[in-house]
Amino acid sequence: MRVTCVVNGETRQADDVWPGESLLYVLRERLGLPGAKNACEQGECGSCTVYLDGLPVCSCLVAAGQADGRTITTVEGLATGSGEEQLDRVQRAFLATGAVQCGFCTPGLIVAVHDLLARDPAPTDPDIREALAGNLCRCTGYEKIMEAVRLAATS
Amino acid sequence: MEFLRPSDWAEALAAKAAHPDAVPIAGGTDVMVDLNFDRSRPAALLDLTRVPTLDDWGTDGDLLRIGAGVTYRRLIDELAGRVPGLALASRTVGSPQIRNRATVGGNLGSASPAGDAHPALLAAGALVELASTRGTRRVPVTEYFVGPKRSVKTPDELIAAFLVPARPGAEQFAKVGTRNAMVIAVCSFALSLDPETHAVGTGIGSAGPTPLRATEAADFLAAELPWETRGPVPAAMANRFGDLVGAAARPIDDVRGSADYRRHALAVLARRTLAWAWTDLGGAA
Ligand SMILES: Cc1cc2nc3c(=O)[nH]c(=O)nc-3n(C[C@H](O)[C@H](O)[C@H](O)COP(=O)(O)OP(=O)(O)OC[C@H]3O[C@@H](n4cnc5c(N)ncnc54)[C@H](O)[C@@H]3O)c2cc1C
Ligand code: FES
Ligand code: FES
Repeated sequence: MRVTCVVNGETRQADDVWPGESLLYVLRERLGLPGAKNACEQGECGSCTVYLDGLPVCSCLVAAGQADGRTITTVEGLATGSGEEQLDRVQRAFLATGAVQCGFCTPGLIVAVHDLLARDPAPTDPDIREALAGNLCRCTGYEKIMEAVRLAATS
Repeated sequence: MEFLRPSDWAEALAAKAAHPDAVPIAGGTDVMVDLNFDRSRPAALLDLTRVPTLDDWGTDGDLLRIGAGVTYRRLIDELAGRVPGLALASRTVGSPQIRNRATVGGNLGSASPAGDAHPALLAAGALVELASTRGTRRVPVTEYFVGPKRSVKTPDELIAAFLVPARPGAEQFAKVGTRNAMVIAVCSFALSLDPETHAVGTGIGSAGPTPLRATEAADFLAAELPWETRGPVPAAMANRFGDLVGAAARPIDDVRGSADYRRHALAVLARRTLAWAWTDLGGAA
């Protein structure tokens, strides 16, 4: 089937899509957007988190056909350019605090934190932990990530 | 594989009648895991996310009717005051990303004994509205589950909505798991106390082949609670209620917990939810 959607502000089209494949697969393998990561394919890790019609979702659990006609923003769509100053404040805060080690969890976390701060500009620590409960990181131990969110909230 | 995408309810029912083996997909949080892991290769997927009426909720006489496609996120944001027990259960489902997509219709469709919506729906005395091109029927949720992951829904039927009393009593829900998020319940319990009719509703999750009620426990509590005085619940009464809830479960030993542990934990959850719900009704602690 053909899937057409608006991705990071641009109308994109993918052909010969198997309807049962995931939006994550379409983004990574068909549209050349490898930002969202594939770590578990079962909704547990959050590394594939993207905005679908404005809500963060696990793109591994959205059927390609369900994304047709929808609007998607991936981590690639959050920066306004490639320079460091054009990164989103959440991305800058992750860099500044060392919240990135292997980086596999980072794109999903960036989208989840971006959404959290859009809804709640000054989250408490429990609010941050709750909002990030669906994103696993196997490297950092989360403390640097907490620091990054606090920094992003005040920058 | 075919991908069917009806744009309204009549089309959805017609598609299901024409393709009874098509697998409906709403939030996809159960369906896609099976597809990603090659556990199933259905002949067709029937996408319900473009059927607008499934996302509606509103009153229907004395009942509140909530479309099968309403997500946990929306239950929490829009309906916490109207379905307090179900909203509490919804908060424990998965993670924010999962709650943004997953639906109660999907929980009922999967009919897992561990589904977190089920105990709350049982306690509230919900009805499940099933529809096909043959017509629509409303089944009490107490009769909906017939075995592990099995329900009375026939292959040509879709879940349209569920219905609960428009004026809820005091409702509580509690769940045992290894973490605060992203856990399949080891066991769970939902309680509803109706201050007007003095009815007690119960629901047990993850401790039997289907979600269960604790009928004897509910009858005992309904008869014994000091409804008029709202005086304190005597410890002996709370303990007896807990024991009866534990006895109503039909748990097994599995990787998440032993049968004995589940019975014990359910007795604890029953006493705790009773104390919370009684306080909600202005009862003495
Ligand atoms: C990471 C993760 C964590 C989870 N945590 C929890 C949890 O804490 N508690 C819990 O209860 N569940 C949990 N689940 C399971 C799942 O999210 C729930 O069962 C959810 O309610 C399914 O809803 P859905 O809309 O995504 O269903 P889908 O996957 O779209 O569908 C599920 C089933 O229902 C059928 N179906 C869906 N809608 C209809 C309809 N209208 N009519 C007829 N059939 C229909 C489908 O064909 C399928 O068989 C989790 C899942 C994941 C991936
Ligand atoms: S890859 Fe989607 S949640 Fe892990
Ligand atoms: S930085 Fe490696 S998983 Fe988070």
